[in-house]
Amino acid sequence: MRIVTLVKYVPDATAYRSFAADNTTDRAGVDGLLSELDEYAVEEALKIAEAGDGVEVVALTVGPAGADAALKKALQMGAGAAVHVVDDALHGSDALATARVLAAAIGKIGSVDLVLTGMASTDGGMSVVPAMLAELLRWAQVGFVGELSVSGSLVTARRDGDTASETIEAGLPAIVAVTDQINEPRYPSFKGIMAAKKKPVQTWGLADLDLDPATVGLGAAWSVVREVVKRPERAAGMVVTDEGDGGVRLAEFLADQKFI
Amino acid sequence: MAEILVLVDHVDGQVRKTTLELLTLAARAGEPAAVFLGSGYGAARDTLGAHGAGKVYVVEAGEFEQFLVVPKAEALAHIASSSGAAGVLVTSSPEGKEIAARLAVKLGSGVITDAVDVAADLSTTQSVFAGGYTVTAAVTTGTPVITVKPNAVTPEPAPATPVEEKVAVAFTAAATRARIVDRAPRAATGRPELTEASIVVSGGRGTGGDFAPVEALADALGAAVGASRAAVDLGWYPHAYQVGQTGKTVSPQLYLAAGISGAIQHRAGMQTSKTIVVVNKDPEAPIFAMADFGVVGDLHTVLPQATAEIEKRKG
Ligand SMILES: Cc1cc2nc3c(=O)[nH]c(=O)nc-3n(C[C@H](O)[C@H](O)[C@H](O)COP(=O)(O)OP(=O)(O)OC[C@H]3O[C@@H](n4cnc5c(N)ncnc54)[C@H](O)[C@@H]3O)c2cc1C
Ligand SMILES: Nc1ncnc2c1ncn2[C@@H]1O[C@H](COP(=O)(O)O)[C@@H](O)[C@H]1O
Repeated sequence: MRIVTLVKYVPDATAYRSFAADNTTDRAGVDGLLSELDEYAVEEALKIAEAGDGVEVVALTVGPAGADAALKKALQMGAGAAVHVVDDALHGSDALATARVLAAAIGKIGSVDLVLTGMASTDGGMSVVPAMLAELLRWAQVGFVGELSVSGSLVTARRDGDTASETIEAGLPAIVAVTDQINEPRYPSFKGIMAAKKKPVQTWGLADLDLDPATVGLGAAWSVVREVVKRPERAAGMVVTDEGDGGVRLAEFLADQKFI
Repeated sequence: MAEILVLVDHVDGQVRKTTLELLTLAARAGEPAAVFLGSGYGAARDTLGAHGAGKVYVVEAGEFEQFLVVPKAEALAHIASSSGAAGVLVTSSPEGKEIAARLAVKLGSGVITDAVDVAADLSTTQSVFAGGYTVTAAVTTGTPVITVKPNAVTPEPAPATPVEEKVAVAFTAAATRARIVDRAPRAATGRPELTEASIVVSGGRGTGGDFAPVEALADALGAAVGASRAAVDLGWYPHAYQVGQTGKTVSPQLYLAAGISGAIQHRAGMQTSKTIVVVNKDPEAPIFAMADFGVVGDLHTVLPQATAEIEKRKG
């Protein structure tokens, strides 16, 4: 069985994030890392691999030159191989173009049974790539998964939705997007860090995937960001220290603001 | 004027408030037309009509309940193409986003997610990077597919008598690949829905596991209860109530955070709240930086006193 785990390289959420002059996410001016929510997908792939025989885990990213840092982390955690799709033409690609490239790469990797992804990327955070990928590949897809098991050619997933808790069955090949409830991602061990250095990383361009550069990138995006405005800092409010009347003062504030 | 389709979010015909918000937004850009998938239309008709749905496309099929989103995406794509609609609005929920994603691929259209406002020309406003930036964007190719966050607008009454059009859809084999084998509805709490509530009272690690003071204050205010991830991870409150990056995004009139430090992932889910009130015993807690009003103190004494004072004032 072959599992591909999608990893996105994103600007560090705890750092100062902003936009470049062309209104795309600034990826140069800030440290990047493996999107934290994709670590849960990597961990789940490794757990499935450890529980079964002959399970291969391949990490896949589409992103700029530095994005191999995300692959390196996945390899250090325990993935067996990695693929980096990088091409100057990809800058500014929208979700659909990204999904097209991912679909082509999954096709080229070949014999893929299961694709695991995060629930959202921590920068764009659209939560649409897994469903788009499923639509393009015509595979089953389950999103927002909090518990997963694979047996034979069937995946069983459990998830807590807004109105109900659901158990879902889907046949392989399938794409499963997992939440941060599913597991606790491991830290790379010293052994894992050393082993990662010898693992194969393939680098593919659009030509390797038979994709036309005109179909990706900012120019081919089907939506456009017109304007980005930094949200004004919230004006400092009033802070009081409780001296036995903190609750009353809180209620007074709420009454002044007409909440009661 | 062209139709703007609104996918109705409902449970057995009980229409959720976000759908009414979408109808109000749709009226700015064209003729609001609701798309009702599944059973229970009879219960939904009047509510949809009262909020401006001049037309309702109704598709009744067992597939919607048995399988995941693909039948819904296929039905919506079918209606979007045949009606010549100028845009499609869907609620920003995990399911709504998956439907929108698939619909965009099927229609060959651009998609925008998590809009907090939609203008007459279907351009959108979004709040990104944990609320740090406001972005205006527009779809440039195809029929714009837009997912809209709850509380984007106040639903406006706009009485209409919906013309009902029954639509039959032939589903593809892809529609049945992911089957729902069990569904356990979540027990009702009697409190407002977290993402729809105009007041949210949230508790974090500072509750020490005791959410009773948080719930009592919420009930005095008619509010929904939320929780930080720390409280959820510790098993103190169910995940469905988590506010933040990997939980719900809320945008209420009033957000009250008790015993929550204000990590960026939590702020991502509540930063656009109109008024923010904080109770925390650490004056250095980062959440105070966003507070309109804050009390430095122990939530176990401050919240019950506030609750009692509110009850007293309500008489
Ligand atoms: C990928 C990822 C996703 C995440 N998603 C989310 C998310 O969706 N939502 C979320 O909330 N977090 C999320 N987090 C976690 C986030 O980083 C913080 O760890 C979490 O928000 C902390 O919760 P807390 O504020 O309750 O706890 P703490 O940070 O421990 O803060 C507790 C606060 O309570 C105060 N306190 C203690 N006792 C009292 C008392 N008696 N009275 C009053 N105050 C008291 C303390 O002073 C402190 O400020 C995510 C993290 C990651 C890595
Ligand atoms: N450029 C990318 N490279 C690899 N995986 C990606 C990329 N973009 C998105 N993904 C995957 O799709 C998930 C959802 O992304 P998004 O739709 O952008 O929120 C992420 O958690 C990743 O697992």
